[in-house]
Amino acid sequence: MLALQAPNRSVTLALLCAVIAVLAMVFPSGYYYRVAALVWISAIAAIGLNILMGYAGQVSLGHAGFLGIGAYSVAIGPARFGLNPWLCILIGMLLSTGLAWLVGRPILRLKGHYLAIATLGFGFLTALVLANETRWTGGPDGMAVARLSVAGVRLTSSVAWYWISGTLLVLASAVALNLYDSATGRALRALQASEIAAATSGIDVARHKLWAFIIAAAYASIAGSALAFFDGFITPDAAGFLRSIELVAMVVVGGIGSTVGSIVGAGLLVTLPQLLTVFVEYEQVALGFIIMLVMIFFRRGIVPSAQRFIVRRWS
Amino acid sequence: MTRKLHLSIWLAGAAITIALTAGESATAQDIKIGSVLSATGPASFLGAPEEKTLRLYVDKINAEGGVLGKKIVLVVYDDGGDPNKARTFATRLLDEDRVTAMVGGTTTGTSLAMAPIFEEARIPFISLAGAVEIIDPVREYVFKTPHTDRMACEKIFADLKARSLVKIGMISGSDAFGKSMHEQCRKVADKFGVTILADESYGAQDSDMTPQLTNIKNKAGIQAVVNPGFGQGPAIVTRDFRQLGIAVPLYESHGVASKSYIELAGAAAEGVRLPAAALLVAERLPADDPQRAVVLAYKQAFEKATGEPVSTFGGHAYDGLFILVGATKRAGGTDPKKVRDEIEKTAHFIGTGGIVNMSATDHLGLDLSAFRMLEIRNGDWRLVQEDR
Amino acid sequence: MAEFLQFCFSGITVGSVYALVALGFTIIYNASDVVNFAQGEFVMIGGMVTVALLAAGVPLPAAALAAVGIGALIGVLLHRLAIEPARGASPVALIIITIGASIFIRGVAQVVFDKQFHKLPAFSGDTPFDLLGASILPQSLWVLGGAAAIVIGLHAGFDRTIVGKAVAATAANRLAACLVGINTKSMMTLSFALAGAIGAIAGILVTPITLTSYSVGTLLALKGFAAAMLGGIGNPLGAVMGGLLLGLIEAFAAGYLSSSYKDGIAFIVILFILLAIPSGLIGKRSVERV
Repeated sequence: MLALQAPNRSVTLALLCAVIAVLAMVFPSGYYYRVAALVWISAIAAIGLNILMGYAGQVSLGHAGFLGIGAYSVAIGPARFGLNPWLCILIGMLLSTGLAWLVGRPILRLKGHYLAIATLGFGFLTALVLANETRWTGGPDGMAVARLSVAGVRLTSSVAWYWISGTLLVLASAVALNLYDSATGRALRALQASEIAAATSGIDVARHKLWAFIIAAAYASIAGSALAFFDGFITPDAAGFLRSIELVAMVVVGGIGSTVGSIVGAGLLVTLPQLLTVFVEYEQVALGFIIMLVMIFFRRGIVPSAQRFIVRRWS
Repeated sequence: MTRKLHLSIWLAGAAITIALTAGESATAQDIKIGSVLSATGPASFLGAPEEKTLRLYVDKINAEGGVLGKKIVLVVYDDGGDPNKARTFATRLLDEDRVTAMVGGTTTGTSLAMAPIFEEARIPFISLAGAVEIIDPVREYVFKTPHTDRMACEKIFADLKARSLVKIGMISGSDAFGKSMHEQCRKVADKFGVTILADESYGAQDSDMTPQLTNIKNKAGIQAVVNPGFGQGPAIVTRDFRQLGIAVPLYESHGVASKSYIELAGAAAEGVRLPAAALLVAERLPADDPQRAVVLAYKQAFEKATGEPVSTFGGHAYDGLFILVGATKRAGGTDPKKVRDEIEKTAHFIGTGGIVNMSATDHLGLDLSAFRMLEIRNGDWRLVQEDR
Repeated sequence: MAEFLQFCFSGITVGSVYALVALGFTIIYNASDVVNFAQGEFVMIGGMVTVALLAAGVPLPAAALAAVGIGALIGVLLHRLAIEPARGASPVALIIITIGASIFIRGVAQVVFDKQFHKLPAFSGDTPFDLLGASILPQSLWVLGGAAAIVIGLHAGFDRTIVGKAVAATAANRLAACLVGINTKSMMTLSFALAGAIGAIAGILVTPITLTSYSVGTLLALKGFAAAMLGGIGNPLGAVMGGLLLGLIEAFAAGYLSSSYKDGIAFIVILFILLAIPSGLIGKRSVERV
């Protein structure tokens, strides 16, 4: 097993900022800014999920549920309760992390595929509630979201959200990368390797798993709120099973455990449907084919595979 | 490993190149119409015939010389029923493909997500979705062709009232269509003196509704049952309805307005009533019915081209396209503002859905007479004679 | 009483569908530790191929046989082209591969077939049986019977035939099976083929009740997976029990509690059961080696 040099944290963040800045200079139209903004937003949720799946090794097939909660908080708060949209972002995070704490404590006792089913059920249930409670949420047709304003300026354009979500992404990555090397991060990585060994060396396994779950929920909630504000509209599919699977695919395809991997995975899965429209009715065929191809040939994920390739070439 | 890596990189590169260089090569002289439809996903049952209809008729129009001497270039994207994706494609249509009008938006969710974008860009958008919210409140650039779910409820309740069946049970699909219509039915029930005694729902993909129907069956005093829903759910509801031997009349919604409902429900569909566009009973329309010629022509053309039974959803796309074409002709060009004004002035347009008369306050243009009450007898549709 | 019985019948009808899907999950999981999210697509293939062939004039038994064959073939292709090349990948990676496969198969089905809903004729007619005031469709009994026959067949196959024992050996310990001369790769392919065939059989049996279209696979895979976990993944009898239990919970929830939340209630109940019995109803208690 080749010892991979973990790239310097600051270098990674600097590169990320550079990419965000450079792309902004080459985009020809609002459409590109929109797609990129969606990539940054999905990447935030994926990075959170990566903390849960990659650092702590716990699988979650219902993560989009937290995204939905963050999104609907900023939709329902101003519309039904007249609350300040900024405050609702916070409320969304509180609700998500609170729910994560409540639900996480019992279900994180389950392992492997059983945990997968429990998280699946959670996501399913969240989407169901959002779809059924029509009076609050507008039902399956969704509801409009009042836009965010800063100093009287309404933030509606794709360009504005490109920069906002880009900044959020840099912050989110910074926190995640920092976490990786911190004591909590090491504890999480230890319990992923072997829960029993971690427990015998004094790590409170249950508490750390819960922390990972809560942090991941917070990330998803912020991403959800950003998505709702950007679109000006939200529907329950944002919390649905397909969205959860998409998030898992982003993390896995990009490389479990790698923050940059999650960003790459998000980039691939958000832009691919846009690129594949050329195939018209074969779009789904092409999408499924590419996902399989990527996972077969880059089975550790794109970024780790690329790292190994580089290391092998230059050593 | 490195060889595979190389291969993959090549493939990726090739794909990206194709993607970026492909696309409709249109000239500045063409009329570019965009369409974001749900050809895949849970609403593909609606979106697929819409896409086929649009492509079929755009080809036909171009073969006959185009509009004002120009070719129509149709740009179609598939949103899979996802409003977020729909919005992205709408942005793409405006920024990249530079369309001057849009006929699309299969579902209410996707239409509502896209409407603000077209409104802001001041490009006319004719939606193919059912909910009344799309045109109420009226948005300057947003129109729609399908009957609203509220109209369906009103038509059903009017028929119930005429038959003195005012205490009903409802069983609705929990998808967007079913829920939306369910809400509208609850809102208009009082106007017709209808009381809803039982209210059940089922998942759109469920395969057995006997528990819900048992509850309805056991509720005393129910005189009729209404089932808002679309897709395969209503066929299963109908089958289970007969299985349990429930004797009261069953009303379906316009969401099942397609021959496949009769095929799927089989003998159980006997006696079921539903509101539908004249398109379904094209051959049965009296010779003096103004819609007869249009619906017969569409039905024959669609069935010949696709080999599938005609559906009213495809018909909505037909109406949308031809309303747009008509408005473009009257406007003398593709200037979005002028086309929008002409769409709003659409008068006495004979479509598959009905006779359309739009105005500044009515961006749908249909009234209750556009819906016909049909009954299924011997595996086929029959018009229920009513006072016009 | 009659309504309780009706809910039971409804639960059994739906539950037997889940049971058949769960069986397919179990077979593949047993052989290769892979949770195959493309299992629902096998069911879809079974139904859609039969419908297509029937429409083309092929008699029902031949169409059904062909559909089962195609299901098995797709299982083989899935293993040989997607799972086998990724041998050694992490479980999550394999899950993503099967998800990619399910998207692929669904995409192909869209193009080859159409997007309409279709039905197959019920095997012994549509007249429901009336029992103590409740009614059940004859086709439900066919599905239940089919599930029972498959479980018995699997049990006999794994126990009595050499090939079956070889498959069971591969499932128990791949390295050991290899060492005693079993071609483990072929055994795994065989398991996938079997799961594909069972999925297709399930599709043919249930389509008269559930109707079919190119997209039925997704939700079925979800429910089937839940049912398999509930029963204890790895145990065919557990898969059937899990499926039936899930169906019953949904039916009772719909009938007595809330028809709009029945799926949610079912998941909550599964959760509670799993928290109480972490390895499923009759699953093997896993021992973690340190």
